[in-house]
Amino acid sequence: MKRPILTIDGNEAAAYVAHRTNEVCAIYPITPSSNMGEWADEWSAKGQKNIWGTVPTVVEMQSEGGASGAVHGALQTGALTTTFTASQGLLLMIPNMYKIAGELNSTVFHVSARTVATHALSIFGDHSDIMAVRATGYGLIASNGPQEVMDLALIAQAATLEARVPFVHFFDGFRTSHEVQKIEALTNEDMLAMLPDELISAHRARAMSPERPVLRGTAQNPDVFFQARETVNPYYLACPGIVQKAMDKFAGIVGRHYHLFDYVGAPDAEHVVVLMGSGAETAHETVEYLVDKGEKVGVVKVRLFRPFSVEHFIQALPATVRTISVLDRTKEPGAAGEPLYMDVVTALAEAQAGGFSPFATMPKVLGGRYGLSSKEFTPAQVKAVFDNARAGKSKNHFTVGIHEDVTHTSLPVDSGFTTEAPDVFRAMFYGLGSDGTVGANKNSIKIIGEETDNYAQGYFVYDSKKAGSVTVSHLRFGPRPIHSTYLVTQAQFIGCHQFVFLEKYDMLKNAAPGAVFLLNSPYGKDEVWDKLPRKVQEDLIAKKCRFYVIDAYEVAKATGMGVRINTIMQTCFFAISGVLPREEAIAQIKNAIKKTYGRKGDQIVQQNFAAVDQTLANLFEVPVPDRATSTIGIPDTVSPKAPEFVRNVLAEIIAGRGDELPTSAFPVDGSFPTATAQWEKRNIALEIPVWEDDLCIQCGKCVIVCPHASIRMKIYDPALVADAPATFKFVPAMGKEFAGKKFTIQVAPEDCTGCAVCVEVCPAKDKSNPKRKSLNMADQIPLREKERENYEFFLSIPDYDRTALKVDTVKGSQLLQPLFEYSGACAGCGETPYVKLLSQLFGDRAIIANATGCSSIYGGNLPTTPWTVNAEGRGPAWSNSLFEDNAEFGFGFRLTLDKHLEYATELLEKLREELSGPVVDALLSADQSTEAGIAAQRRRVAALKHALAAIPRPEAGRLAAIADALVKKSVWIVGGDGWAYDIGYGGLDHVLASGRNVNMLVLDTEVYSNTGGQMSKATPRGAVAKFASGGKPSAKKDLGLMAMAYGNVYVAKVAMGANDLQTVKAFVEAESYDGPSLIIAYSHCIAHGINMRKGFDQQKAAVQSGHWPIYRFDPRRAAEGKNPLQMDSKDPSISFEDYAYQETRYKMLAKSDPAAAKALLAAASQDARQRVEFYKQMAQMVYGGDGKPQG
Amino acid sequence: MTNLQSTYLGLTLKHPLIAGASPLSHEIGGIRQLEDGGAAAIVLASLFEEQLSHEAAALDHFLTQGAESYQEAVTYFPEPDSFFSGPDEYLDHIRKAKAAVGVPVIASLNGASAGGWVTFAQSIEEAGADALELNIYYLPTDPMMTSQVVEQMYVDVVAAVAGRVGIPVAVKIGSQFSAPVNLAKRLVDAGARGLVLFNRFYQPDIDLEELEVKPHLVLSTSYDSRLLLRWIALMYGRIQADLAATGGVHTVEDALKMVMAGASAVQMASALLRQGRVNRCPRPR
Repeated sequence: MKRPILTIDGNEAAAYVAHRTNEVCAIYPITPSSNMGEWADEWSAKGQKNIWGTVPTVVEMQSEGGASGAVHGALQTGALTTTFTASQGLLLMIPNMYKIAGELNSTVFHVSARTVATHALSIFGDHSDIMAVRATGYGLIASNGPQEVMDLALIAQAATLEARVPFVHFFDGFRTSHEVQKIEALTNEDMLAMLPDELISAHRARAMSPERPVLRGTAQNPDVFFQARETVNPYYLACPGIVQKAMDKFAGIVGRHYHLFDYVGAPDAEHVVVLMGSGAETAHETVEYLVDKGEKVGVVKVRLFRPFSVEHFIQALPATVRTISVLDRTKEPGAAGEPLYMDVVTALAEAQAGGFSPFATMPKVLGGRYGLSSKEFTPAQVKAVFDNARAGKSKNHFTVGIHEDVTHTSLPVDSGFTTEAPDVFRAMFYGLGSDGTVGANKNSIKIIGEETDNYAQGYFVYDSKKAGSVTVSHLRFGPRPIHSTYLVTQAQFIGCHQFVFLEKYDMLKNAAPGAVFLLNSPYGKDEVWDKLPRKVQEDLIAKKCRFYVIDAYEVAKATGMGVRINTIMQTCFFAISGVLPREEAIAQIKNAIKKTYGRKGDQIVQQNFAAVDQTLANLFEVPVPDRATSTIGIPDTVSPKAPEFVRNVLAEIIAGRGDELPTSAFPVDGSFPTATAQWEKRNIALEIPVWEDDLCIQCGKCVIVCPHASIRMKIYDPALVADAPATFKFVPAMGKEFAGKKFTIQVAPEDCTGCAVCVEVCPAKDKSNPKRKSLNMADQIPLREKERENYEFFLSIPDYDRTALKVDTVKGSQLLQPLFEYSGACAGCGETPYVKLLSQLFGDRAIIANATGCSSIYGGNLPTTPWTVNAEGRGPAWSNSLFEDNAEFGFGFRLTLDKHLEYATELLEKLREELSGPVVDALLSADQSTEAGIAAQRRRVAALKHALAAIPRPEAGRLAAIADALVKKSVWIVGGDGWAYDIGYGGLDHVLASGRNVNMLVLDTEVYSNTGGQMSKATPRGAVAKFASGGKPSAKKDLGLMAMAYGNVYVAKVAMGANDLQTVKAFVEAESYDGPSLIIAYSHCIAHGINMRKGFDQQKAAVQSGHWPIYRFDPRRAAEGKNPLQMDSKDPSISFEDYAYQETRYKMLAKSDPAAAKALLAAASQDARQRVEFYKQMAQMVYGGDGKPQG
Repeated sequence: MTNLQSTYLGLTLKHPLIAGASPLSHEIGGIRQLEDGGAAAIVLASLFEEQLSHEAAALDHFLTQGAESYQEAVTYFPEPDSFFSGPDEYLDHIRKAKAAVGVPVIASLNGASAGGWVTFAQSIEEAGADALELNIYYLPTDPMMTSQVVEQMYVDVVAAVAGRVGIPVAVKIGSQFSAPVNLAKRLVDAGARGLVLFNRFYQPDIDLEELEVKPHLVLSTSYDSRLLLRWIALMYGRIQADLAATGGVHTVEDALKMVMAGASAVQMASALLRQGRVNRCPRPR
């Protein structure tokens, strides 16, 4: 039977089988597993059927807890059911997993194994999540690459139906889930043959049904629970045999033969490593290389980790083995060893004691940790493990792949050792996310994988910054299956798609001798050499590289491609590399273009064709001279003025050398300094705003909207300008209260992302030349130097005295120093202006709980953080706990603050005599409702601490430790709509109901933004999102209304682009309210498919159309007999369509399903009208005693 | 009952009043209303090639914006297998309109590229339109471009389209030509079976508050019909093609005058838009 050859990643391979072999799929998005659910949803949305001819139902739940509950229910009622998850998501499923296994339900959960958050969150791959569920009773089965993912997904499905033991089928997050490989796909016939109807019927027969009722989920007492729990033993004992039987059957049908433990290596091996997951493939490659060299080594790939079959494991090992190094991709602090190691030790001990050990002497067993959070695991590390095993004094409980210089567990690794084969073609491409490099490379892999006999592999390293993100593609093509589950080294081809990377990345580090270096260069073949940094020249010469250039942007411009240079660079790659004959390659590229763009219109196809056709005429080889002549150096990563930790640690991470940092460089508890983003000068803007001081009306709008705090204003003493650089601009400050002062708007040229929203919102135009505004975009490079100097001077100007500002105005608030700056958020981000406003108004006393999501990533993803401090060193204290618990996490902050205030008050009373009555009274009765009041209390507390030092009573020391609690703190609970409306809603609701003084800021993008656009309950009706590809059928949940129902919650709905003053007032009111507050902030988002420059226009349109009425609900007004609800927006003045169809999320439905789009548009328009009318009526309700509406 | 029958582009109309291209024909419901209101034929709102190209490029751009950049969000949108891209939606609209009404349906096309005019015209024919109105306009801004060159572009478009489709082709032109009658003749010689006089364009305006140029369309009034009255009268008998009046026909009297001047068909749009409800449009008695 001919099976289709596909070039797909591990996630797609898992979903491919899961979708075809299940009826119900309940999921919740989480990186790196999200794509599996998305594939399943997409296929079902398109009507793709499972192998039994029905379209599986795919539902997105509110959390993994919810998903696992739904899975449990669907299993109990007899549906073939699956889910996809990872990491924290898998942990949230644990309670149900115990139940599902305890009841012997047949199911397979597909898990792209990911690190569980500890001292830090990590989205990358290791087995800590898998190890956390090994006690649930699930079988655990590991796949090591995309082909195995497809194969073992089916084997697991077959085994679970027969064994009645549920399975977690796992593979390494990113390394396997996102690695693209050429694989042989299974057919429906293969799957049907593996899944006989009798097993399916038996599964159905166990279902709950009123036709044959049973009771499950009983409560049992000490008399019987224990023995009843032991009833499952026969199933677990039989399970390994059933899995092996399924593997054997699979081999008979498909040909690939797996075993519970697969051994590769010398039959007489003396040294063996044992591991599971993708790392086993690198070990496989290394072992084959070493055996070839005559070494007696081997590797055991663990496929079925649970139930662990001691018998099968022992049988897999050659009797000659003297050492066994067990590698765990997880860490279990405090354990006698990591889990796989413990199992191996136990197995050997049992074999020895049971008399079935084949070994003459008990082998030495060593345990080690490797590869946490997708740490590279290389052949050199495998060799280091063997070297350690052979050594006289072997290290046990070692680490490999890091430099662990604190307790010295790490093994020395020979970084020069490589197993890269000469007949495997390796290529690396450095690009920007926005230039389409990855997409083109994925096409190249498909072309080579599917049009040649070569095996193909692609792995893509993405960025954790969302603006100006850099991508590195790693491609391998070769005549044999590729086991290299590590990044490319020794590349024969390196493509640099952005000239500026030459100064930022050491791209030639991985160049093999004689490699091709292809550079997209604005300089032609005759001048480019002199424009290269000296280091690049030296490397090109030393490695005898062949050097090619193309001005891809020029070709793109000439062919109407804009900045999309991907097909041009792809054409260059094929033309130079000769992987395919040139003509055939071009035909295949065009074929791929047609597949990729065809559905969006012929014009795009034709433009791409033209780009391909014009590429070769513009591609030139540049002769490499024999001597380096450049005087261009590689600039410092960070300024020498940066603090030591930034220079020594963070700068290394920025420079891409984080792997080389030793353990001792890091804090032990995950605490990092703030105020570090300022040192990471990214220079990603092509254009920056230029201030025309003569036109400016000093309104502050540009400053409040700036997502990156890279345009700022100050009002200051005129004497200060005496030292200003020559090009520093200033004008007299406007406004009576600022009489005699100077005013400046200044741009941070190296931090600006060039989003231009400041220019968009600037209301000041030149009457004689309306094209000229008070802000206009201009090329960054010519401005960089002098604006850098101006900005430095600007920062040296003292901030305006915050106690003298009207902070509840736009201008007043924008004279406050932002304590959130230069984040990695998208250019033009709609969330960060609110976060920055929070930092300006309350940052010096704020303690922030941040839900996982975009805001936790741009707020807390290493290397640097945008959270910063003021001149006194005060600033927001920030932490991210989890996704689901954020309200409760922040609530905990409040509990401590309140408790400590209470305790401090008690201690003050106890110390009244020593401290004096007036001092204590002043501290306890302080009015902290204003900035001036807070400043005064800080002075009192400073004096108190001083006084306490001289009091020889234990209470004095106790009070000193918590005296800061006497100064008002501002607790903020920040997150997105995924948290507030879905996964964290229960907690949010509970905290709102608590009546405690916390402030919640919901950055409502109406979709899961960080994980790539999945529907949330905040998604409006009619908008397309993942899991709502036909447009969301139900209306947006009205979170504000639900919160208002409590009566004692301050609620505001805001949209800065519609009314910035209302936004500022809402923040100030919310924070001043001594109770729970909820601000729901419209945050335009790249996931809306809009021109981000126009994001604030869309906010305005959302309000004008009635989609997003803005209001403030202040319980304090009710206490005065007034209606607490004030509408801050007018009746709709534009249609919902006029708002919505400016956004791709709505518009695309009109292009894919016009009839549905029309119906949903009508319903969504009705939603908007009803919402506005409803609020209007609420705002008219009588709260006073006289029966008349109150204003 | 008086026989008001007319022939336009070879189509037999029960009377000369037809619905001109306007937003009223965007929806099938509107098209039905136009027929119910008595329209003898319906000219659909134009298919604009440039707009289609722009929309396709925008769709591609915004669907992929931010994709393949950030590790947790490799894409932001689900991608359907197919979009109603290019002319699909419009062609589908023609098919549905044809199925919904009994009166002739005349499609309208504004091309942007030489290839676009012909391929879209062929697709429109295949979709079942009874006739095609070419909505040609070009704004010459180049000081070196002569009127001859501009007129030749019009003629070339007509020749290219008329030579490749079987359905009758009418041409809708603007009024600002030095020698409209001569141009009309050349267009007819190139294959046009009818002329639609005249096209009305969005005109620029300046928003004095925002200091921005804001083009908008001003609906016609009866007064505007004087211009076409003149040219229809001048062309009638001299040009061997059907003449359709458009732009300023609001009353029974306006329509009568057009027919008297020589129009085979009288298109109405502004009046229908202004009156709001199509069944209130003035019916011939």
